[in-house]
Amino acid sequence: MLRTMTVSSLALMTSLSAAEARTELHWWHAMGGELGTKLEEIVAGYNASQEEFTVIPSFKGTYPETMTAAIAAFRAHEQPAIVQVFEVGTGTMMAAKGAIYPVYQLMADMGEPFDPSAFLPAVVGYYTDTEGNMLSMPFNSSTPILYYNKDVFEKAGLDRDTPPQTWADVEAFGQKIMESGAAPCGFTTGWISWVQLENLSAWHNQPIGTLENGFGGLETELTVNGPVQVRHWENLKKWQDSGLFQYGGPGGGNDAPPKFYAQDCAIYMNSSASRAGVVANAKDFEVGYGMLPYYDDVEGAPQNSIIGGATLWVLQGRDEAEYKGVADFFSYLSSPEVQADWHQFSGYLPITQAAWDLSKEQGFYDANPGADVSIRQMTLNPPTENSKGLRFGNYVQIRTIIDEEFQALLSGGKDAQTALDDVVSRGNALLREFEAANR
Amino acid sequence: MKRTIFGNQGLPWLLLAPQLAVTLVFFLWPAGQAVRQSFLREDAFGLKTSFIGLENYAALFRDPQYLNSMQVTAVFSLAVAALSLGLALLLALALDRMLGSARIYTTLLVWPYAVAPVVAGIMWWFIFNPTIGIMPHMLRALGYDWNHGLDGSDAMVLVVIAASWKQISYNFLFFVAGLQAIPASLREAAAIDGAGPVRRFLTITLPLLSPTTFFLLVVNITYTLFDTFPVIHATTEGGPAQATNILVYKVFNDGFLGLNLGSSAAQSVILMAIVIALTVIQFRWIERRVEY
Repeated sequence: MLRTMTVSSLALMTSLSAAEARTELHWWHAMGGELGTKLEEIVAGYNASQEEFTVIPSFKGTYPETMTAAIAAFRAHEQPAIVQVFEVGTGTMMAAKGAIYPVYQLMADMGEPFDPSAFLPAVVGYYTDTEGNMLSMPFNSSTPILYYNKDVFEKAGLDRDTPPQTWADVEAFGQKIMESGAAPCGFTTGWISWVQLENLSAWHNQPIGTLENGFGGLETELTVNGPVQVRHWENLKKWQDSGLFQYGGPGGGNDAPPKFYAQDCAIYMNSSASRAGVVANAKDFEVGYGMLPYYDDVEGAPQNSIIGGATLWVLQGRDEAEYKGVADFFSYLSSPEVQADWHQFSGYLPITQAAWDLSKEQGFYDANPGADVSIRQMTLNPPTENSKGLRFGNYVQIRTIIDEEFQALLSGGKDAQTALDDVVSRGNALLREFEAANR
Repeated sequence: MKRTIFGNQGLPWLLLAPQLAVTLVFFLWPAGQAVRQSFLREDAFGLKTSFIGLENYAALFRDPQYLNSMQVTAVFSLAVAALSLGLALLLALALDRMLGSARIYTTLLVWPYAVAPVVAGIMWWFIFNPTIGIMPHMLRALGYDWNHGLDGSDAMVLVVIAASWKQISYNFLFFVAGLQAIPASLREAAAIDGAGPVRRFLTITLPLLSPTTFFLLVVNITYTLFDTFPVIHATTEGGPAQATNILVYKVFNDGFLGLNLGSSAAQSVILMAIVIALTVIQFRWIERRVEY
């Protein structure tokens, strides 16, 4: 009796000390639903793969909620080691020099082998400072692509295997679809700001802001009121009036996906990470994939599209032991197997060349035609200073301004030039404020 | 009149202490923080803070969006107060004439008050959703193209309805109680003198209801200025193009989403000042006309 007790208490003690030896580190993220389950699976895989660290993921709501929760926690000295921040918050995070632990520096300090050139330039460019240092760890990056309803295309007398390539195609196809009665609407889109303004600009090699879209410094100013953008917004207004285009709402455009799923709109532009949702909901029709349309008379188009999604930022003020764990965990996360698995499951881009190659090797793109449209579009041309991304402070609010001005355009309150001029002037006021607060 | 005088000066303070502590911790301290923050410019993480005096306030009054928000709030508050008070009074008057079934109606009419504002907001959002809602479907049949996602007036109508709906129950309950407190003999006497229903209402019921109406006016204005936040959040999020961006929603938007704490604090200080001013005006000027 006595012996068994001693043995069991000994066993308990060793197991306790083993548990104590594991350093815990917290990761706040914004991945709900199936993506969240997958994320937890990845973390569980990491925790089981080694003895030293335990990563504890916590779901904190939407992207803005997660970001503001982390910032509030930082102010109260309760911050997690890792926080997932969407691309729009990049400018804010980068400017917070004392709050973030840049990834390149973390990896060097912790002696973790780290090769920035293994990552796809189009992805990491967004999160790299002007000296070429990677500041955050890419995790879920996506880019907008075009989805279309093959069955409706055929019903309208179009070729079911040819997606529209230019905006002239979109208009012509849409008219044919509506006239033939195959569907009541030509196209809809998620993310007006991200898809129909930022990516439109990059795709046509037009600047979004001065100083390399804000990469060059806080003194940047918006320039989205150029002729290409104005022409496009004018067209969107015209097409909305004729019914060719249906507006899906502000922000991510929640009303857009149902329009595509219900076969109301034959063409749909949204994140490549919407692919899982599209495949799951397109029960009664076959989906085709294409790159974003462009205006073929604009010189330099198509250039390459830019990314959205989120990266992982490391916050200052935790113990050294935790940062060792973070470095180790990041190496695991960016390993080809983990990345390829995440990419194939979610539709997010593979962030390393190795993960892309692995997916090719595994025959993923042959089995899932269209799944590589995003990555091909991202890497279509080497990024220019107009198409490597954007970096503006207060950009969460500027996104809202873009939505508001677009609504003012659609409701007839403003013409395209005025709406975009107002985006620029209101946005610049916020940029100046950000500059003042971070000087 | 005989006055009771307590010898011990400490006792009243001791008895007041819990209430004072609650007020201090949950009202005065945060309000003081807001005032302090409103004079500062700070980055989101609180790493760099500088004192900028009244610059946050000056920027607000230069900002056409803020002035627009003031205007929107005025329209919204007046519309909600008028609609919910008016309808509640109508329902209460109708009920006052009923005999047998009054209790059932009262119970049914009070139910919406038990619904949380955010749930009410989501419900109205569903009913009026341009894609899947039933109301736009019916309105389209009548030839009206409802789209609160783009049309600012549609959006305003939607939030006014959603915010009033809940408040009607509350107002209704007070009006019913107020009406029951009016002696039937007064109205009967007026009826015998030959006064019609409208005249009886205007000269007897309404003046005698004025304490209730006044109380409800104060409560309703405060409700529209603060408690309607969840309704806006669940339906329009202040859109389209800021057509329903009331002051309290803008405080949240700029502070919690935009992380502009200085401006957000200045806005809440202004909002606080507006509510204090309105309450003072109501008590000083309107209360004089109230007959208790």
